Amino acid sequence: MDHLQTLTWSDTWYLAPEIVLSAFTILLILLDLFLPSKVNRNVIGWLTLAGLIIASVFVVLLLLSLGSEAEADSAAGSYSLLSGSYRIDDFGNLLKLVFLGASAFIVFSSLGTVREEDVPVKGELYYLILPAVLGAMVMSSSGDLITLFVGLELLSITSYVLVATRKRSRLSSEAAFKYVVTGGVASAFILYGMSFLYGVTGGTNVFVISQGMSAALENYEALLYISFFLMIAGFAVKLALAPFHAWAADVYQGAPTPVTAFLAVIAKGAAFAMLYRIFMNTVFLAFDSDNTMKNDIFLALSVLAAAAMIVGTVGALQQRNVKRLLALSGVANAGILLTPLALSLTEMHASLYSEFLYFLLAYAFMNIGAFSVLTIVTRDSGNEALSGFAGLYHRAPWTAAAMTVLLCSLAGLPVTGGFLGKLFILFGTVQTHTYWLGAVLLLTTVISYAVYFTLIRQMFMRSGAIDSGLLLSIPAAITIWICTIATLVLGLMPVPILEWINDIFSVSTDLFMLQG
Amino acid sequence: MLENLPVLSLIAFAPLIGAIIVLLLPGARSSWLRATAIIFTLIPLVLSLWLFAAYQPAQGGGAYTEHSTWLAIPLNIEAFRGGITSLQLGFDYHLAVDGISMPLLLLTSIVSTMSVLASVHIRKRWKTYYSLFLLLLTGIYGVFLARDLILFFIFFEITLIPMFFLIGIWGYYGREKAATRFLLYNGLGSAAMLMSFLVLIATLGFSMVDETSYMFSGNYDVLLSNLTDPNVMANMDTENARYFGIFLTDNARWAAFILLLVAFGIKVPIFPFHTWMLKVHTEAPPAIVMIHSGILLKMGVYGLIRFAVFLFPEQLHSWTTALAVLGVINILYGAILACVQREFKLVLAYSSISHMGIVLLGIASLEEVGLQGAIYQSVSHGLISALLFLIVGSLYERTNTTQLNELGGLAKAMPFMSGILLVAGLASLGLPGLSGFVGEFLSFLGLFGSMKILTAIGVLGILFAAIYVLRSILNITYGQMPEQFSGMKDARFIEALPMVTLAALIVLLGVYPSILTDLMQNGFAGVLEQLQTRMGG
Repeated sequence: MDHLQTLTWSDTWYLAPEIVLSAFTILLILLDLFLPSKVNRNVIGWLTLAGLIIASVFVVLLLLSLGSEAEADSAAGSYSLLSGSYRIDDFGNLLKLVFLGASAFIVFSSLGTVREEDVPVKGELYYLILPAVLGAMVMSSSGDLITLFVGLELLSITSYVLVATRKRSRLSSEAAFKYVVTGGVASAFILYGMSFLYGVTGGTNVFVISQGMSAALENYEALLYISFFLMIAGFAVKLALAPFHAWAADVYQGAPTPVTAFLAVIAKGAAFAMLYRIFMNTVFLAFDSDNTMKNDIFLALSVLAAAAMIVGTVGALQQRNVKRLLALSGVANAGILLTPLALSLTEMHASLYSEFLYFLLAYAFMNIGAFSVLTIVTRDSGNEALSGFAGLYHRAPWTAAAMTVLLCSLAGLPVTGGFLGKLFILFGTVQTHTYWLGAVLLLTTVISYAVYFTLIRQMFMRSGAIDSGLLLSIPAAITIWICTIATLVLGLMPVPILEWINDIFSVSTDLFMLQG
Repeated sequence: MLENLPVLSLIAFAPLIGAIIVLLLPGARSSWLRATAIIFTLIPLVLSLWLFAAYQPAQGGGAYTEHSTWLAIPLNIEAFRGGITSLQLGFDYHLAVDGISMPLLLLTSIVSTMSVLASVHIRKRWKTYYSLFLLLLTGIYGVFLARDLILFFIFFEITLIPMFFLIGIWGYYGREKAATRFLLYNGLGSAAMLMSFLVLIATLGFSMVDETSYMFSGNYDVLLSNLTDPNVMANMDTENARYFGIFLTDNARWAAFILLLVAFGIKVPIFPFHTWMLKVHTEAPPAIVMIHSGILLKMGVYGLIRFAVFLFPEQLHSWTTALAVLGVINILYGAILACVQREFKLVLAYSSISHMGIVLLGIASLEEVGLQGAIYQSVSHGLISALLFLIVGSLYERTNTTQLNELGGLAKAMPFMSGILLVAGLASLGLPGLSGFVGEFLSFLGLFGSMKILTAIGVLGILFAAIYVLRSILNITYGQMPEQFSGMKDARFIEALPMVTLAALIVLLGVYPSILTDLMQNGFAGVLEQLQTRMGG
């Protein structure tokens, strides 16, 4: 690649979602600055929501136009900008849709529940979501290490600020500080690993790296090992995979609940997107199937996944704080989400990506729903203790029922999206004969019954301190019900969405970068 | 008239519809809720009685199948070489009934109706109670009807959630612990089952739709035919076959078999996996124990026969001695411990363990008579334990205790209930003329051909049964009556009705066993024949 491709006007169409988000961010920062302080900052919340929705409309349009292009010419179906450093393909677009939709739900549900006493900078809480999502979108859509890293940092740094927005809470500042330190170290690890990759292959473009892989493997095997394992360690911190998860519980607890939901769903999903993009193109594509390093990386990833499932579930058993409990459940779920990626490094099996995306979707719905319930309940009880849920059945039977569905989904019981998601991933472990990982997944699922049913027991079998009805906020209630119904629909009728993913997504054109 | 209706779906989902209607009714109107629950429990009862009347054993129930594709999930085909155009992971909505599920279906419909009548003793949160009760029924019917592995698993799991609530909210003092223990033990069983099922689907479930499209199917019939037809993979392109990884190795076969044994062994329960069921027996409300002891334990038996016996006859054949030994341990362990209990419900719980041991012996025989005996014993024990717990519920309402040393002389105050209790007790100890005898006799007879000594030891259990049954029942009905019991009334009509019905059925099955054995006539012929040819060849 001797000359760099430049951005042309016609390319802006492909970047429309990102441009919309940037424009809204700048607009809202200025608005927050100049708007008189007596104006309720919910306005900014609604505008944030509008920005997210407009961006997702553009993503849908892009998906459709890519689809029709692919129909006309089977080689198309993806589009590469700036010499492949930015890619518009179905892998990225599907994930972007999940990120934008999930953020929209989080913002919407928090519209009635974020209070000025708790978060004095309410406007900031809303509009900072936008650059964070932008970062996540860059991470899912980039084919160049540098762009990927820029996306990662955009997401990370805004997240640090978001965690700290409960300015009067000591916990929040502590959480933010811990997050900055661990997050910074993790970014450093990833960057250091990337630098080795650049050193031995001579490129930052993932395609170039993938081309140079076999030569590098011959000459610099040790350096490649260092590179991959540094990156794995860095991503493990970002994903809160055990034993790199120690920060998660504190940060989740300290952050405002909408931000916690954001970290649990979008930040995690984005890190996975980046991991997929790098590892599938380098480790998977460039190595033979019986390569030792490939097997070592597979082993490392599957051990990490197993450790995360075990540590997350067992740790959650003793938690009495619901936010910390959900943080540890997030650790376990990150392990489950990592499983399909790890498995794809073994022999090829029948599904490489849809099981990941399906579980991510189910995970997003059940988590956002559960966090919305948590927001409402903690607003009433004043703390995040498990006992705050006591007697919820008597106060708000329908909310308790919805929460039961969401928790069943987290626990992987039918008929929910969480159940089928786990089932597909489990089928992958069986297909690739990685039985031990499947066994870990199943056993931790059973242990997790004890975790989630503790909450259910509180709701249905104990009587709480408060007898008055639960004060619902309408946006949160709507979010809870959409999430609950979506969870059930995913569990009963997963075929349309899986068929759609299968129709538009192709590993070779959307994930692999076979040309620059 | 009924031929055109999807009878099986109606049986399975009528309770679910009832549950939704109950949820929509006002919660304070207990009589409306009750009436709705009873109606939607009666619908499956009427339908399964009709099925029973119309059932022709010779057809093997073939007339009553419902089959449609439920999930056909497209899998990525880029990984495979050579003109594959589609690869799917397919789970079917496939319901069917045959000679093995028919008796258990009848048992479910009868016991559940009696149980919903016995729910008069429930004092709080009727709406939630009845909706969960009906949801539980959908799960149970589904288990007995489903012929797709994943569908079966889903119904199996669906029973867990309502049971957790039913034990945990309406139970006695230790209810929450009992509910959690129930959930975890059964969850473990389900996990083992799911692993085994997925291994089977990924290997035996592989089938060709046509030349270029393949699928992994969870359909039981597909698995069964792939298992019995060794040539099914012959025309597969070996290059791809390696990628699909579809060959069921001997090790995988054994692993799947053992996982199934564990899964259903927990449910039955086989010693030492039984501790959870003791808790449930003592802590759950009696109406729910009727379902639990009467039907849910039989799901384990059904699973063992449907999957372990039919899919793995060879593996089972080489393990029959072990299974028989486990059965004998169950029989003796349960019986001996039942003799020393001071709490009537625990006596019944241990007696259940003992009786389920007899079922295991029937299965271990791998003879037509023994397998029929296993089912017969399941049905009979279901009716007997449902009746016993029905009486326990009514007794507890009046006496507020089920401790044996606090009870006594109740025959004076409640002659009717004491009489029924005696009938149930006699059936439980295997008195000829009552249903318990037939089931035990058939099971022992089946095993006697191959394992004479073990059978002889197992029969000792009947001796103990006489001891513990008579000891506890005589203790309750005869002797000195504590003063506070003197003014107590005998059973009301609403309580007497299910008692009489169940007692009548127990007598009927005792004197006229061919009602059930006729149903099962052709049920096992196929698998035994197949076993014989494979063993012989």
